[in-house]
Amino acid sequence: MIQQDVTISRFYKRKMPILWWTKRRSHIRFIVRELTSLPVAYFAVVLLFLIRALSQGPEAYAAYLATMRLPAMILLHLIAFAGLIFHSITWFNLAPKAMVIKVGKNRVPDTMIILANYLGWIVVSVVIAWFFIS
Amino acid sequence: MDKQITLEIFRYNPDEAPEPGFQSYEVPLNKDWVILDALNYIKDQMDGTLSYRWSCRMGVCGSCGMMVNDKPVLTCATFLEKFAPGPIRIEPLENFPVVRDLIIDMSDFLTKLQKVKPWIIREEEGSLEEEYLQTPSQLADYKPYSMCINCMLCYAACPVYGLEPDFVGPAALALAQRYNMDNRDQGNQQRMEALSDDHGMWQCTFVGDCSAVCPKNVDPAGAIQRYKVEGAGHWWKSLLLPWGKDK
Repeated sequence: MIQQDVTISRFYKRKMPILWWTKRRSHIRFIVRELTSLPVAYFAVVLLFLIRALSQGPEAYAAYLATMRLPAMILLHLIAFAGLIFHSITWFNLAPKAMVIKVGKNRVPDTMIILANYLGWIVVSVVIAWFFIS
Repeated sequence: MDKQITLEIFRYNPDEAPEPGFQSYEVPLNKDWVILDALNYIKDQMDGTLSYRWSCRMGVCGSCGMMVNDKPVLTCATFLEKFAPGPIRIEPLENFPVVRDLIIDMSDFLTKLQKVKPWIIREEEGSLEEEYLQTPSQLADYKPYSMCINCMLCYAACPVYGLEPDFVGPAALALAQRYNMDNRDQGNQQRMEALSDDHGMWQCTFVGDCSAVCPKNVDPAGAIQRYKVEGAGHWWKSLLLPWGKDK
């Protein structure tokens, strides 16, 4: 055993640098995909604030809307929205890897699964938009 | 004079120096040479001390994997000319300890491979006379995952394995799926228990590089994501159904 330990300690171990993800384009894309999950969470929190303002009455709701109309807020939300779109698109494009659906003996093609995800997204968005407009 | 190309090769010999270095060799840029041919030329004609693993020269044995210009490849399946005019930087597979020069220590991978029980598990051994029939469609379910040659390129490509050495890793998880999806196998539950812990499938963050570098199109990333879906279903079942734990 002692002999083995001596051998292993002679092995050369390389360490990953903190900026390992800057070396490859696919890694940068991966890190951006992971980081853009933060805007997704952020919009969920903004939605919770909206619901809270609504529950507190018209004044609170007006104050909420006033805050949302601040130029800094609009800018922040545009940036966060871009992140959210990037996250959603990259996520939908990866979906077929996890969703393997078989119809009879044949596997449903990847493009069909991606399209179904987009279709679901559009349907939900239209329903929500219709709810707010009407 | 024929065209030449420079190979910058990672050298490490703990008997001579505690730190590794790079050594350059000029080799002929033959059109039909792969990287492995150039390494064999160096070993035979220029420097017999260069150490590396290889065997079949035809992308089957999985022993000649190395980092070529920062990318894990089978050196028997990568042409020199692709990198002209050079230089080409050749290093041992990333994320593994280096024994000497281009040779890595693979014992960690072999331990992990055993953990996923990559063999057909039966609850009861049936008669040896009996046939276990399989339709072409049932074969197709797991066949891509059975193409793995254990070359470990996916481990070298996986930053999660680099950062968390306890992660069971792409090839082992793909091989678990190879048996899980085999209709003759009954070991899904045993593997699920071993692979849904902190070092199993959930450590994968879906970088996807394992599938990009796989020379056999095994798609370990896809196998792991499917496993996660199944693992999540398994967890909900055990939470919601009183009898779910036994299933």
